Amino acid sequence: MQLSDLELDLLRILQKDARISSESLGKMLQVTPEEVETALTRLEKDHILVRYSSIVDWSKVEGHEGVTAMIDVKVAPKRGVGFDEVAHRIYRYKEVKSVYLMSGAYDLSVTVEGRSMNEVANFVSEKLSTLDSVLSTTTHFQLKKYKHDGTIFGDVHEDKRIVVSP
Amino acid sequence: MTTKTSYVAKSVENLKPSGIRKFFDLAANMEGVISLGVGEPDFVTSWTVREAAILSLEQGNTSYTANAGLFELREKIARYMRDGYDLRYDPNSEIIVTVGASQALDISLRAIIDPGDEVVVVEPGFVSYVPLVQLAGGTPVTVETKPENGFKLTAEELEDAITGRTKAVLLCSPNNPTGTVLEQENLEEIAEVIRRHDLVVLSDEIYSELAYDRGHVSIASLDEMRNRTIVINGFSKGFAMTGWRLGYICAPEEIAVPLLKIHQYAMMCASTPAQYAAVEALDKGMGDVFEMKHSYRHRRHYFVDSLNEMGLVCHLPGGAFYAFPSVAKTRLSSEEFAEKLLLEEKVAVVPGNVFGKGGEGHIRCSYASSMEQLQEAVKRMKRFVENHS
Repeated sequence: MQLSDLELDLLRILQKDARISSESLGKMLQVTPEEVETALTRLEKDHILVRYSSIVDWSKVEGHEGVTAMIDVKVAPKRGVGFDEVAHRIYRYKEVKSVYLMSGAYDLSVTVEGRSMNEVANFVSEKLSTLDSVLSTTTHFQLKKYKHDGTIFGDVHEDKRIVVSP
Repeated sequence: MTTKTSYVAKSVENLKPSGIRKFFDLAANMEGVISLGVGEPDFVTSWTVREAAILSLEQGNTSYTANAGLFELREKIARYMRDGYDLRYDPNSEIIVTVGASQALDISLRAIIDPGDEVVVVEPGFVSYVPLVQLAGGTPVTVETKPENGFKLTAEELEDAITGRTKAVLLCSPNNPTGTVLEQENLEEIAEVIRRHDLVVLSDEIYSELAYDRGHVSIASLDEMRNRTIVINGFSKGFAMTGWRLGYICAPEEIAVPLLKIHQYAMMCASTPAQYAAVEALDKGMGDVFEMKHSYRHRRHYFVDSLNEMGLVCHLPGGAFYAFPSVAKTRLSSEEFAEKLLLEEKVAVVPGNVFGKGGEGHIRCSYASSMEQLQEAVKRMKRFVENHS
């Protein structure tokens, strides 16, 4: 879909900070807050703007550290539906945070989050591996999150500039 | 008993201390200050540029470079000036890499001024211009630009400042502190006066990457101007490299060759790791420059609209990252406004009077801060203006 400059600017700004008000966005882009709202509504309706979310570093929250695994899944594609059918079956599980079809050594890359390694292991052995078209799985647990979705974790941005300069 | 003679030269004793210093001292010791008083980008230098400097150190590039700078860098500067501003300079003899645009300015002034020569300086303007002219032995003649003209220098204003002793005109576009951009037609008018009086131009173009509306035009690119113009630019603002201290001079051979003598004796050469970083900046950093500019443009609109809404009348600055609103609504002087705003609302701005004639009654606010900070600053300033009008 072809987007206007306004819509493109809105998407770029909101992707970095979704909390900016329509009023401020209007000033930034020299349109009225109503025009901002109209553009956003259209982007939402067309599912281009899918969701406004936050990036949370759960590793800092006691009792909520959790584990994340990235699972390489090899599947046997089915005539007529290819990989889509098995992908649908996998992504409906709420434990599954992302599913990508990949080129290369395996077919689907599945990200699974759980409270413990055990929980993830159970999910893989009971749900994922038992699917008809799944041929094999290789599970990699994340040990530390350095950067996620363009954001560096643990790196608190500190303004190092002197307060007044010519 | 003899009276003790001063160890310090009169020319230095007579220099006015920078008016910014006072605000720095005041703001530096306060907690929770939102500073709009900063004359530099809020971005950190691109990683690719920083990484190039680290690599150059790992490879042991720790010796001097040629006086005029790494030839590779000068070549890239030549290409950048050609592609960006339609200017052609020979990297062998017409480009000198300096320690920031500040040193470029200093040695350029020293290269052209004989004792008593007058240099026309546009105000409100950068705080260093007048002192640097004085230190070079020249006489600054200041021209006050007017808010009703958007602080653009007019041909008549320039004409009025010129005398038989005028040697040069110091221009800065986009301007610090007003953000004013001299567009092609303004420059044509000014250039006509300059040609008629056969003057030299020092053109400080350090904010050239940050001209938001029609892009930057260098006065050197106009008819018969190249050979009388010293273009000063650098990496500080557009490339977010202030702390690297790297600038450059592009000037016709007739000026650049003698100018290099000063640089050679006074500085030897600019920092070598910084020069390697700059090579990378010109090679791979332009994408980031474009992105930063885009972000400043949005913030400029947000901030200037907000200022006007709260009654601090402000023209839309065409470039740099400064807004220069009038504080007339509050009936406070620039300094009173800045001081009270800092003490009452913890927002630091720079009083306009430190930028010379025509600055009184205005404040300089940098919008090179995150939107989050700007929104909070706007909230505080709005409350302040309501309390003082």
